[in-house]
Amino acid sequence: MKLLRQLVFPLIAVVAAFVVGGIVVALIGDDPIETYRLLIGSALSWPDGIGYTLFYATPLIFTGLAVTVGFRCGLLNIGAEGQLTIAAFATAWAGITFASLSAWFLIPLACLTAILSGAAWGAIPGLLKARLGSHEVINTIMMNFIAAGVASALTQSYFKAQGDAILETLPIGVTAHIPRLGTMIPRLPERIPVNLAFVFAVLACAFVHLFLWRTTWGYEIRATGASPQAAEYGGVSVKKQIVLAMALSGGLAGMVAINEVLGYRYRYYQGFSAQYGFTGIAVALLGRNHPAGVLLAAIFFGALIRGGLFVDIFTQNVSKDLVLVLQALVILFVAAEGFFRGPLRKLGFLKRSQV
Amino acid sequence: MRNIFSLAILYSTIRLATPLLLAGLGGLLSERSGVINIALEGLMLAGAFTAATVTHYAGSPWIGLFAAVAAGVFIASIHAVACIQFDANQVVTGTAINILMLGVPTLLSGALFDTMGSTPQIPRRNLIPNAPIVIAFVLVPVMWYLLYRTPFGLRLRAVGENPEAADTAGISVARIRYSAVFLSGALAAIGGAYLSIGQSSLFTRNMTAGRGFIALAALIFGKWRPVQTMFACLLFGFAEAASIQMQGVIPYIRVEYIQIIPYVITMIVLAGFIGHSHAPRALGQPYEKE
Repeated sequence: MKLLRQLVFPLIAVVAAFVVGGIVVALIGDDPIETYRLLIGSALSWPDGIGYTLFYATPLIFTGLAVTVGFRCGLLNIGAEGQLTIAAFATAWAGITFASLSAWFLIPLACLTAILSGAAWGAIPGLLKARLGSHEVINTIMMNFIAAGVASALTQSYFKAQGDAILETLPIGVTAHIPRLGTMIPRLPERIPVNLAFVFAVLACAFVHLFLWRTTWGYEIRATGASPQAAEYGGVSVKKQIVLAMALSGGLAGMVAINEVLGYRYRYYQGFSAQYGFTGIAVALLGRNHPAGVLLAAIFFGALIRGGLFVDIFTQNVSKDLVLVLQALVILFVAAEGFFRGPLRKLGFLKRSQV
Repeated sequence: MRNIFSLAILYSTIRLATPLLLAGLGGLLSERSGVINIALEGLMLAGAFTAATVTHYAGSPWIGLFAAVAAGVFIASIHAVACIQFDANQVVTGTAINILMLGVPTLLSGALFDTMGSTPQIPRRNLIPNAPIVIAFVLVPVMWYLLYRTPFGLRLRAVGENPEAADTAGISVARIRYSAVFLSGALAAIGGAYLSIGQSSLFTRNMTAGRGFIALAALIFGKWRPVQTMFACLLFGFAEAASIQMQGVIPYIRVEYIQIIPYVITMIVLAGFIGHSHAPRALGQPYEKE
């Protein structure tokens, strides 16, 4: 029953978003039912649909977890975008600079670089908040732009191939490549880019769950999020928890680089992130800031991205931007769940005030 | 260095500061009433796309501008209803609107013009390259007067600082906040419209390119005050103008480092190193009437 209650609002939000999205589709002159059939059908086909859905879900699991850890500490990390940009650049740097190392050393080194650089970028707004009280939302927004600028400048100055028109680094060493799941799962073709990073993402969900609910630090982070005053009174160093939560959040966002740089494009590529950081907010909200929910929500959004590409090609007027609209609507409906609370209470679904 | 301080760069500073100023003043009203508005970016996009599309069909930039204002108010009303009526998290709602406005113009331009997010070119005679500049800078004293010399301004500031007290004094917190957010949508939309039918002659995908966030930075740098916000916008406009001008002039400094200056300055200001910048006290807190 408790689980059902957790699922009610996210499900209503998704349905409401699809209804409004359907009206938009109808207004611009396509058949909503047919569009949604394409969207969902192409995302669930085996092996391409599911393979790509999981591939697109991977970065969203990381950013969704990043936002979740922040939320649980009462912080809104909208800087995942910047954290993953810096991490992707740093990871490419490690992959290029230490290309002569064997895979056994280079892959862990590159993964560690991804996590630590993201964590460092995330810890800065955490420190600023803890030490000087400046708001993390503004600082993380600013640091998103700074990250994009710095990564772009460093790429152009030091890591760009001569005459390459695209803003990207040189390729990383071959020993830094992580295997695609197709090499391990028998009936999954190797051309589908879902890779080991997806396994890491699922493990990260388990880790975040254990960390938040089974460790002292996790408890203290949640206590800080629930009530900073009470936590401080109870002997928790709120400042330390803020920095810790932001660093952990940044580290999780940084792990997107493992999927992107080590598992897919094998280089840093300016603008690779299709709003992963911001979609992470939607993922965390829809997943009700719980690692299991994040996993489900990320796979759902991954399916939308995959399906959106097909909608783009096979419908008359609708482009893949329908997915952005659906994402935004889901966030709006989850955020303003009070919108549904009234009608539901009237129908007797909400006996207790807390859901 | 001489070409950096030429008349041309002064004009381009003012031109580049204009959209920031319009959105910044809009954001200022909303934030002064206690509603965080990180949706400025999306509101500007709504204005830019509507202005270009309507001007294309109607053939008059003034009708386009008017439509942009209407679109800005409409999109802002989503933010307002979610935040004021349903106590949604204001940052989250703002983010949703930014994502929404990344998608909607592209979706519509695909349906209307069969393009990947851009509108057709608008002929030169149908552009308004100067009027929004005048509007923006005239609005600064108007805004100052509105905030500090009118009953509405007093109520707006009261609602942003201490909604309980304002409520006790018989002021409708919700009504003031609604009007502030609507106005912020209108102003940000004019700023966006200036980009599409003033500076250039068409709408392109994501053409604001973060200007809504710079406007937000400017209003924080300006300590939530109209005149200071104007100076912040001019400074950020100058940083952009200089970075365009200096492209390739100094080979060892990449333009990106100049472009990130506004963001770094904002963080420094926010950290309290250049005077204290205090946000309205009730900023971000939904108000529930007892």
